[in-house]
Amino acid sequence: MPSSDELEARISALEAELAAVRGQAADVSGRQKINQMSAEVVDSNPYSRLMALKRMGIVDNYELLLFDYDKVELANMNRLFFQPHQAGLSKVDAAVKTLKAINPDVSFEVHNYNITTVDNFKHFMERISKGNLTGDGAVDLVLSCVDNFEARMAINAACNELRQTWFESGVSENAVSGHIQFIIPGQTACFACAPPLVVATNIDEKTLKREGVCAASLPTTMGIVAGFLVQNVLKHLLGFGQAKEAAKPKVVIEAVKEEDVVHEENPWKIEVVSEITEEELISAEGDKPELVEGLQVAYTVPSSEAQTEDTVEQSDQSLEDLMAQMKQL
Amino acid sequence: MVDEVTKRTLAKIPLLKTKAGPRDGELWVQRLKEEYQTLIKYVQNNKESDNDWFRLESNKDGTRWFGKCWYIHELLKYEFDVEFDIPVTYPATAPEIALPELDGKTAKMYRGGKICMTDHFKPLWARNVPKFGIAHAMALGLGPWLAVEIPDLISKDVIKHKEKQDGASS
Repeated sequence: MPSSDELEARISALEAELAAVRGQAADVSGRQKINQMSAEVVDSNPYSRLMALKRMGIVDNYELLLFDYDKVELANMNRLFFQPHQAGLSKVDAAVKTLKAINPDVSFEVHNYNITTVDNFKHFMERISKGNLTGDGAVDLVLSCVDNFEARMAINAACNELRQTWFESGVSENAVSGHIQFIIPGQTACFACAPPLVVATNIDEKTLKREGVCAASLPTTMGIVAGFLVQNVLKHLLGFGQAKEAAKPKVVIEAVKEEDVVHEENPWKIEVVSEITEEELISAEGDKPELVEGLQVAYTVPSSEAQTEDTVEQSDQSLEDLMAQMKQL
Repeated sequence: MVDEVTKRTLAKIPLLKTKAGPRDGELWVQRLKEEYQTLIKYVQNNKESDNDWFRLESNKDGTRWFGKCWYIHELLKYEFDVEFDIPVTYPATAPEIALPELDGKTAKMYRGGKICMTDHFKPLWARNVPKFGIAHAMALGLGPWLAVEIPDLISKDVIKHKEKQDGASS
């Protein structure tokens, strides 16, 4: 059994070691924050390559607001951004640590929560509308880099209500295609009206989707889509190129020819008979937009008539009564 | 897409009328009443057909739901906690039903134990906004998921029957 003196000595030794490690960690960032940005094009200026593009506009200090509620997992390492030692940190914290180390001139504000719940959503909207650098106005642009429909719809609702310009981005579930969509509320179709339901597929998705796995991810696809997104963000913020024009929907509508397969010989008169008629099928399917080759719709909305199903009756019971009744079941 | 048994179950769950989410004030209260009515009806139907398989309750605002669901496999009952939030964009988007204790045990799940409903349920929900409610999400989302996943997880020894397990450890 070691004496208390020995233990104290051990503790102070470990504390010294910890302090040393912490000191090293603080040194990870290669430089200090820069107060005045230099336009000089020299090797020691971290912005020299960017400033060489000065004719495109002025690069101001900027602030990033990050929203996420996930923790870094080892499964995320294929995205190349998080590092193994960050496993267990919240994603926003890990992202800020890495980004700060790369560029201490950027201000960050992080929120580790799920934006689709009622309370968080209120705060999310508040930060979009008041989250600029001086804290008195809306942010310049919202970038949606989420991985599910619910979160996208929440961002869409917030940006519509606040008339906030935003970019939606995403990678398909099979990890081989993706999209970016520039949305100006009131000017371009919003995400709820024109979601990328149409998925470009030259290959059968089923062949790529491994049985029993929900979604795949390929870092190169993520990198390419992120690249498209950031390039267009720069075009939008710095005002070059055709960010707005290029983002307008440009789906060419053409008739798709469908040909029935006819077998020349059918000596036993075999034919496939559907249990439902063509009309029933069409009415159940609803309207289908005509799409160019390589595109298909993920689902359709049934036509609004033919609503003969039972709907819930008007109840005289109060909500409290119903809640109590549910509990007693 | 949907088999005959599910179709019959589904036909017996009344459809909802009010299109309202948790940010819609009085209309949400109306929707919530409809949610409870359909859930009560669905649970009663299940009891009548000897297929009672879940209980749910919500907080006062109806924005957070929790309860239990169970699955009978080889005469043994496996019970799990179930929970979900009503998203701000409900009913345009379906609730993301979660079974937290199974988090990390199957690939057909997202973080936090949210079950994967992308293929079998989301398109169906989208086609039926706002007529589908929580009862439909349970019947068409969680129900089929349990039926596929639980026997598989049991066969892989990933989940064990609680009483059996207790018996072995004591």
